[in-house]
Amino acid sequence: MKEAFDVAIVGAGPAGISAACLLADQGVKTIVVERGEYPGSKNISGGVLYGYDLYQILPDFPAQNCPIERNIVESRLWYLSKDGGYSLSYRNQIFAQERKQNVFTVGRAKFDRWFAEQAKKKGALMACGTVVTDLLRDDQNRIVGVQTDRADGDLRAKLVLLADGVNSPLAAKTGFRPEPKPHQVALAVKEVIELSEEQIQERFNVEPNNGVTIEILGVVTKGMNGIAVIYTNRKSLSLCIGANLSDLAQHKVKPYEMMEDFKEHPMVAPLIRGGKSTEYMAHWIAEGGYDSIPQLCGDGFLIGGDSAMLFNTLHREGSNLAMTSGRFAAEAMLEALEKGDFSRHGLQGYISRLQNSYIFKDLKKYKRFGQFLETHPELFTSLPEWASQAAREILTVNGVPKKEKQKVLWNQLRAKISPMRLLRIFWDGWRSVK
Amino acid sequence: MKVEDKLFLDRFRVDEEPHLRIIDGSVCQHKCSDQPCLYFCPANVYRLEKDRISIAYEGCLECGSCRIGCPHLNIEWRFPRGGYGVSHKFG
Repeated sequence: MKEAFDVAIVGAGPAGISAACLLADQGVKTIVVERGEYPGSKNISGGVLYGYDLYQILPDFPAQNCPIERNIVESRLWYLSKDGGYSLSYRNQIFAQERKQNVFTVGRAKFDRWFAEQAKKKGALMACGTVVTDLLRDDQNRIVGVQTDRADGDLRAKLVLLADGVNSPLAAKTGFRPEPKPHQVALAVKEVIELSEEQIQERFNVEPNNGVTIEILGVVTKGMNGIAVIYTNRKSLSLCIGANLSDLAQHKVKPYEMMEDFKEHPMVAPLIRGGKSTEYMAHWIAEGGYDSIPQLCGDGFLIGGDSAMLFNTLHREGSNLAMTSGRFAAEAMLEALEKGDFSRHGLQGYISRLQNSYIFKDLKKYKRFGQFLETHPELFTSLPEWASQAAREILTVNGVPKKEKQKVLWNQLRAKISPMRLLRIFWDGWRSVK
Repeated sequence: MKVEDKLFLDRFRVDEEPHLRIIDGSVCQHKCSDQPCLYFCPANVYRLEKDRISIAYEGCLECGSCRIGCPHLNIEWRFPRGGYGVSHKFG
């Protein structure tokens, strides 16, 4: 490709496409290089997306036939033992009315493809089926474009945005972001299970077009630091389960077998009964938090979204952080293009925008949360089993006075976890999210 | 449901040229007692055949875990060529 561009974006995910939409809208000559055969074909998320961040980029997204699966009206949190578990849930009609599209489910293959179409309509160019193999540098080590695996592979651009996702050998190769350590990523597997619309509405007690999310902690991750989710789509459920990669290696757990056991859990099995599996996927989740964020811009380049390790574990926010970081990157690039200053200094607007936004503020707030989970394995082993046993005993009416039951339960807990350790868990947990 | 059946649900456009390679087979054989790639790979790409590890790269889900999870960093990892590899229908 002999043509020169103002901006080259690596990756047609939410970060890259958000930036492309805004840049192309301002008449900036923008190209997006995507390795999949179409935008979204390599992309995965649990499946929820937040409307606020998308609205900042495409305010008319519902009218543009955005492929929304279900509007989420209820969030459930489960804490599971082997044979049962606690369920805490919150539903409010406001999420079906005024705050509709606060959070909704999507299939990323469909959503990203649609999102990229919007960028194309605004004038951005998409080069699919193309892997970026390296970055082009000038004699002063400034980034001046990208190298691709196409025959006429070099593509020159004034600015490059790396938005190629959490699994980015490119980011590592270029020295911008070291390879994540196994404890900084979770490896999650996902299965999409087809059911009829009516079955989903009945099983989750929702009206057509509305849906439920379930976030799950407990023994289903086999003592490893991990999480599972169930999200409702229009005609399917998304089941995901994952754990810290270093934990998986250490415990010698096969992710697909963990998924099979999860599907058989008595709280899960009735929800998926009769469903047909239609797709199986695997992906990393950037769980390193605030401390794993790399240098985010340099001479001629910026890093956004998952490539920049922008992920909020506690609130399952990832694609929305990607979109907003893409938006900030586009705004900073517009400033740099106007000034003609493509240096790290000229792109500082990106960093200051991130610092002043909810993205850095939230990630800073939960800085210690990842470490809290990592250092308190009881949360995934003895504690859920004990908590379940406690509820089971208290709820069983068999002539034994409650006081006696409490005494037995308390002694059992003390035998498993010392009161000091228990206090420590609560204190550390509180400190990690306060 | 077996992992083979799960992978059967996916659409792959397989490149003839493998994108994964074990750099030094003797490291796996003699220096790596745990061989965690045999467990954590979500697509069961790495399989033990007699003494050596074989690579079924055709079913790779491109998560990257083996690249950083191999304790000896003994796996050469690239993306499949543009347009090849797994393609999601739903995502």
